[in-house]
Amino acid sequence: MTMIEHDKIKGLSDRMAAEEVRGRSPWADARKRFMKNRAAMVALIVLVLIVIFAIFGLAFAEWDYESIDFMVMGSAATQGMPSLENGHYFGTDDLGRDIYARTVMGTRISLMVGTVGALVAVIVGTLYGATSGYIGGRTDQVMMRLVDILLSIPYMFVLILLLVIFGRRLEMLFLGIGLISWLEMSRIVRGQTLTLKNREFIEAARATGVPGWKIILRHIVPNLLGVVAVYATLLVPLMILTESFISFLGLGVQEPLTSWGALISEGAGTMRYGTIWQLGFPLGFFCVTLFALFFIGDGLRDALDPKDR
Amino acid sequence: MTHAEPLLDVRDLRVTFDIRREGDMPWSPPRLLHAVGGVNFALNPGETLGIVGESGSGKSTLARALIGLVPANGHAIWQDGTDLIGLSPRRMLRYRNDIQMVFQDPLASLNPRMTVGQIIAEPLRTHHPGLSRAEIKTRVKENMERVGLLPNQINRYPHEFSGGQCQRIGIARALIVEPKLIICDEPVSALDVSIQAQVINLLADLQRDLGLALIFIAHDLSVVKHISDRVLVMYLGRVMELAEAQSLYAAPQHPYTQALLSAVPVPDPELERSKTIIPLAGELPSPMSPPSGCVFRTRCPRAQAACAESVPELMGSPTHLTACHFPGKLSEEEVALAVQAEAEPA
Repeated sequence: MTMIEHDKIKGLSDRMAAEEVRGRSPWADARKRFMKNRAAMVALIVLVLIVIFAIFGLAFAEWDYESIDFMVMGSAATQGMPSLENGHYFGTDDLGRDIYARTVMGTRISLMVGTVGALVAVIVGTLYGATSGYIGGRTDQVMMRLVDILLSIPYMFVLILLLVIFGRRLEMLFLGIGLISWLEMSRIVRGQTLTLKNREFIEAARATGVPGWKIILRHIVPNLLGVVAVYATLLVPLMILTESFISFLGLGVQEPLTSWGALISEGAGTMRYGTIWQLGFPLGFFCVTLFALFFIGDGLRDALDPKDR
Repeated sequence: MTHAEPLLDVRDLRVTFDIRREGDMPWSPPRLLHAVGGVNFALNPGETLGIVGESGSGKSTLARALIGLVPANGHAIWQDGTDLIGLSPRRMLRYRNDIQMVFQDPLASLNPRMTVGQIIAEPLRTHHPGLSRAEIKTRVKENMERVGLLPNQINRYPHEFSGGQCQRIGIARALIVEPKLIICDEPVSALDVSIQAQVINLLADLQRDLGLALIFIAHDLSVVKHISDRVLVMYLGRVMELAEAQSLYAAPQHPYTQALLSAVPVPDPELERSKTIIPLAGELPSPMSPPSGCVFRTRCPRAQAACAESVPELMGSPTHLTACHFPGKLSEEEVALAVQAEAEPA
């Protein structure tokens, strides 16, 4: 007993004498809680593996994503099935193109679309919403009505028009998805800002004369990031789904480039000819990624929930 | 008491909020709430002015108006002759360095995502942007030591501190720019009693050492008595009595002050049982439509017809001002009548 006490006192005195004690930030706390969430950690590992697959997958491919294997062309159902011998690990499509390489490319494009969409949402949506909420009054009204107007436009219709008029370019797709993704985010952020704005620490900053934009960046945004992070992880699958839908309609990325949506669309068209791998592999990656992202979002929400503290 | 130039001369300060309801048309008549109505006082350098009053009497609003957090009318003349009310934010910035504020809820007034060092340094970084990181850190540590915090805790976060320590952080943040006036808005209401004493003594020591002026807002009369040179009693946004602390506690002139003081618990159980609390009938009137004349008349045991007609001015000796048409100690009959009126259901 006395030994334990003695150790404790010594530990305490060491800690007090230490040059500068390192604090335990709210972020570190959240990280610890997230690590304890097994489902979220597994999902995170799976997602990391998929990202690695997207980046380095082509190095292991024996075929590239656009060249046609004339040996199997036209007889995909009989000779194009997944096999290690001819190098088509995931089989080929009807034209004899390697599904493995095409899935890697599709994963790249889809993840990119999801990340860009979520990034635009986080940056633009957070700043727009926080500014609107912090300034308040008439400015807030005008800024939020603008969001309402943009939200009331059927965005899929606009996106399709955009792609038809300006051509089916990848940049157009990014632009279109970026344009719509921040609207919901800015609303959520504005609501959170309203609850933060009257807290005493904001008042303390105002009383001491900190300029408005610094209050937004230094005090409001860091306190919003929890909500923003959770919503962003849920937004990535939404963006991937949007892109997949557009690609499924045949308006997304241009051949020979591809995405999950385009691959699934092709696979779905040929599944009754007995070439189920053309649908199965891209669809499997698609579903696993979406599940992983949802679990991560869920884990983040639990980890960042202030009520748990 | 020095009678030099006052540090802050507040004249006829008024704060009126328009609490228009959501969905009201732009042309519908404004709904005005008079939170502070015509407050006058002068604060000398190095002096502590206590402000007391019940909830909703406009104490905090007065403080926020002085520091420019809520729009106000009237005048608040700083030492150098500048009127702080209605100053543009750019010109006000210079004075924000001299006037700092300590808030009621210690934890809520600190940003949970910033370290203690960053929190304390914020006023310094705002008002002296030229300072190097090392200089800022040295001054932060000096001030942490001054308020009784360990300087090696500079990288900790607010949630790792107790309420009393958080309030010390708030005080260090106010002190770091070497202000001339600190406005303390109920700095100890959220703390338990033993910690209250520590924080109040810290404030009193700092004030003595640094020659600060303090405006100390509280609803605890014994706390205010302990720290204040002069005390200002507010009711429904108006000043009822303004006097030197000794004089106010020994011989309160305004019936409201007497009622407040009679309700202060006495540590001696014998005395506590035998004393009479002067009851105040009814509730605080709505600040949307304050009573005519003297705002306290609806609850005053001594109210007469004259009280409804004209607003009483602050009058009396320079050290003891009272806003009452009939000041003076309530007689025993008046107290007895008030107690009786309280006992009978209206």
